[in-house]
Amino acid sequence: MRRDAKFGLALLLTPLLLWLSLLIFIPHIDLFLVSLRERVGVGKYDISLANYLTFINEPLYMWTFLRTAVMSVVATVITLLIAFPVSYYIAKMVKGRTQSALFLLCLVPFWVSELVRTFGWMILLRETGIISNLLQSVGLASGPVEMLYNDAAIMVGLVYTSMLFMVVPLVTTLESLADEVVEAGYDLGGNGLSVLREIIIPHAMPGIVSGCIVVFMLCLGNYLTPTMLGGKESLWFTELIYSQFIVRFNWELGAAFGFLLLILSSVIVWGMLRLTGQSLEKTMG
Amino acid sequence: MTPDLHCTDLTKRFDDTTAVDNVSFSVPPGSFFSILGPSGCGKTTIMRMIAGFLEPTSGDIQIKGKSVLNVPPNKRPVNMVFQHLALFPMMNIEANIGYGLRRAGLPKEEITRKVGEALERIGLPGIGHRKVDELSGGQKQRVAIARCMVLEPDVLLLDEPLGALDLKLRERMKVELKSLQAAFDTTFVYITHDQSEALVMSDNIAVMNEGRFEQMGSARDLYYRPDTAFVAGFVGDSNRWNGRVTKQNGDHVEVQTSSGLTLRGATHQRALSIGDQADAFVRPEAIRIAHNATELASFDNRISGHVTSLLFNGAASRVLVQGAEGGEEVEVNLPQSGEFASLTKGAEVHIGWSSDQANCFAGGV
Repeated sequence: MRRDAKFGLALLLTPLLLWLSLLIFIPHIDLFLVSLRERVGVGKYDISLANYLTFINEPLYMWTFLRTAVMSVVATVITLLIAFPVSYYIAKMVKGRTQSALFLLCLVPFWVSELVRTFGWMILLRETGIISNLLQSVGLASGPVEMLYNDAAIMVGLVYTSMLFMVVPLVTTLESLADEVVEAGYDLGGNGLSVLREIIIPHAMPGIVSGCIVVFMLCLGNYLTPTMLGGKESLWFTELIYSQFIVRFNWELGAAFGFLLLILSSVIVWGMLRLTGQSLEKTMG
Repeated sequence: MTPDLHCTDLTKRFDDTTAVDNVSFSVPPGSFFSILGPSGCGKTTIMRMIAGFLEPTSGDIQIKGKSVLNVPPNKRPVNMVFQHLALFPMMNIEANIGYGLRRAGLPKEEITRKVGEALERIGLPGIGHRKVDELSGGQKQRVAIARCMVLEPDVLLLDEPLGALDLKLRERMKVELKSLQAAFDTTFVYITHDQSEALVMSDNIAVMNEGRFEQMGSARDLYYRPDTAFVAGFVGDSNRWNGRVTKQNGDHVEVQTSSGLTLRGATHQRALSIGDQADAFVRPEAIRIAHNATELASFDNRISGHVTSLLFNGAASRVLVQGAEGGEEVEVNLPQSGEFASLTKGAEVHIGWSSDQANCFAGGV
C-alpha cells in the first residue's frame, strides 16, 4: 500500500521534475555559463565578466534596463488601480448570472492572440486610425494625429494585456470576504474610505500581491507590445536581448542580458513582498 | 420614560412580497427584547432596517425618541452582533475591539484604556494581542459583543449569534449573554428561531410569522396564554387536535374531533361559537398520567389507553399514549417521582387534564 503511494507520487512528480530540470534549470545554467564567456579569438573563449562590464559601461543598456523596470512598475500600478474597482464590482456588487457574464467579458480579449490584440490598438491609434479620423471629423484636430510609437501607447498596451491576470486573483480573494464583515465595518462607525483601507484592502492583500507579481513579470518580459506600439525612443530590454541573440549573433552578451533581467525581476518581486509584509507562500497558497 | 427603540408601522416590501408587514413595537431602556420566528418570517429584515442596511418601505424607526430613518448605518447609535460574528480576521483582538473607537477619533491612550476595560468586562483580560482564529467559539462571541459595547450604543442588535455554537456552549452562552446584558445595562434586541434562547433570556418576546407580529409579551404569557394558534404551536411543545365546536358555555367549549374524540377546552376570551372549526392545544406537562382512573376524577378530560412509545430524555422524558377509543397519540410528560419508573410499552394508563389547560383557537382545516 505504502509502496504504491510512493510510486504514485513519483509518477505524478515526474512531469514536473522533467519540466523543471529540462526547461528551467539546465537552460539557465547554460545561459549563465554562456554569459561568462569572452571571445578572444576564432573559436577561442575565456571565462570573464566582460559581458557584464559591457552592460555597466554602456549607458544605453543601463538606461533601457532601468526604463523597462520603471515602466513595468508603473504599468502594474495602473493595472491594479483599474482592476480593483472592476474586481470589487464583479465579486461583491453583482450576483449570479451577471457575475459570470462580467467575468467572461474580461476573458473575451484573450481568445485572440496577443499579436491581434496589439494590432487592434494600432488600428485605433495610428495616424490614419479610427481615433485620429474621428477627431478630425468632429473638428477637434486640424490634421492627422499620431498616437502610436510613444511610451503612452506602450503603457496602454501593457495595461490592456495584463488586466485579466490582475482581475482573476482579485476577484477570487474579494469573493472570500464575507458581506457581514464589510457591514460590520460600517456598523461600527466606519465610512467608505476607512472600510476600504482597514478591511477590504488588508483582506485582498494576498490577491493584490500575487496579481501584481504576475502582471509585473508579464510586463517586464513582454516583447510584442513594446516593439509594436513603441517608437524608436521607446526601447524595451527584451528588444536588446533579441537583437543580441538574433541580429548581432552575440550570444554571450545576450545571455548576460537575460540573466540580468532574471535578477532584476527577482529583486523587485522580493522587494515588493518585503514592502507589503507578505510571503510567497501566503500569496500563492 | 422614552423607549430606547420604537418602531411604528414598519413595512418592507421586496418587489411583490411583503417581508415585514405593519410591525409596531417599542423596547424600554435596559431590557432584553427578542423577536422569535421561523426562518423567512422577516425578523432579519427588521434587524437590518434598524441597523440601517435596509430602508423601510414605510413606517418609522425611533431611537431614544429620534427618528433614524435618514441616518446612515455608521452614524446610528445602534450596533450589531452578526450571525457569524464578523470579527475582522486581519486585525488582532485589541484592534477589533478598538476599531469603532478609532473611527470615532478617540485619542490612543483612551482607546487602550477602554479596550482593556472591555476585555476585563467580558472576562478575557490579556488576550488583546491574539489573533481572531486563535479564540474559541465562546470567546469570539464575547469579543464580538465587547467590540460593540465599547461604543456604548443605545441599542445592541443580535442576529442569532448563538446559531453557530454547539449545544453545550449554546446553553452556557444563553446565561452569559443575559448576565452581560445586565452588566452593560444596555437594551438588547435579539432575533432567533430558537424558542428556548428567547424564553430563557428575554424580558419581552415578539413571536413573528409571515411578516407580522403574532403576539408580544413575556415568556410566561406566550407559553401559558398564547393569543393565536401559531404561537401555541410554535412556542413550546403541544398536543394538537382539530375539530368542530359542539357546545359553548362562556369560556368553556366542547370540541368534537374528526377522529371522534370529545374534548373540553377554554377559549380565554377568544371568539368561538358552535359549529366553528377549532384547534385545541394541550401541553404535554399539563397532562396528568395515572395508573387508575379514580386519581383523575378532578379532570374534565380523561382518556384511557396504552403506552405506544417511551421517549426517554432524562428529566424531559415523555410517553406516547394511544386512547382506547381511537384518535391521535397523545404526548404526556412522565413524572420523575419514581412511580412510573417501571412503565413499559403497552402498559395500561389513564391520562387527564383540566379544560383550562386546553387552549382552543378558531382554526383552519
